[in-house]
Amino acid sequence: MIPIGYFFGLSIVLFVLGIIGFFVKRDLITMFMAVEVMLNAANLAFIALAKAAGSPAGQVIVFFIITVAAAEAAVGLAIILLVFRQKKSIKAEDMNLMRG
Amino acid sequence: MNDLKMGIFLFFLLAALCVGGVLGLILSRNQAHSALFLVLAFASLGGLFGLLDAPFIAAVQIIIYAGAIMVLFVFVIMMINLEQGIAPEKKRWTLGLAVALGVFLLVELALAVRGTVGALGSTGGESIGSPTELGRLLFTDYLYPFEITSVLIIAALVGAIVLVKRKEKE
Repeated sequence: MIPIGYFFGLSIVLFVLGIIGFFVKRDLITMFMAVEVMLNAANLAFIALAKAAGSPAGQVIVFFIITVAAAEAAVGLAIILLVFRQKKSIKAEDMNLMRG
Repeated sequence: MNDLKMGIFLFFLLAALCVGGVLGLILSRNQAHSALFLVLAFASLGGLFGLLDAPFIAAVQIIIYAGAIMVLFVFVIMMINLEQGIAPEKKRWTLGLAVALGVFLLVELALAVRGTVGALGSTGGESIGSPTELGRLLFTDYLYPFEITSVLIIAALVGAIVLVKRKEKE
């Protein structure tokens, strides 16, 4: 059958793509989507290792990660909406309130 | 033997769709297109979870991630409604630096897992992760995290409403 190492490698590739996307994109929404990609890469690694270990515990962890990601998306998007209302922009470099 | 070929074919098809979806997300300048590419990537990840003997997580992935969370994203994109996409970065060196850092991290991660990847075995064999088994684990070994999750969701729900709600006076 399919070697589990393949899935693990795919998870690494997805995580790196998520990081590159986070650095390359300039609007907050797409950066947030890149974070979701990284979360999903972690999910894939968890499920691959759960299969390798023959234990469903890793799948339970993924269940929790998906729940936390849903909560994070709700709050994060609310914050992005607030930022857009105040600044009329969602470009990351316009968020410079803390620059003193 | 035929089964093996089928599995490998499915894996590479889904992996290509997934990586292609994420690349589309990065390369597309339109946020709505980015969101749709991400739906593609998440749906193919759901298929990969199914290949890894996790049918319940696969269903949850498609319903919650590719469904609910992405609808939330599309909804916010609709509310913000930029006239045109944000222009690409003018400073080329930031792009180059990001890609260089990404490749560096890729090499580093690959070196870190190099020894273990071969020892992971392969799919097939006895089935794990049936919904029955997951439910039993959630209500026995992972009862506390499960209950705390409900508090987290309530907090997120109230937080999101409080953040976005406009004040009455305005």
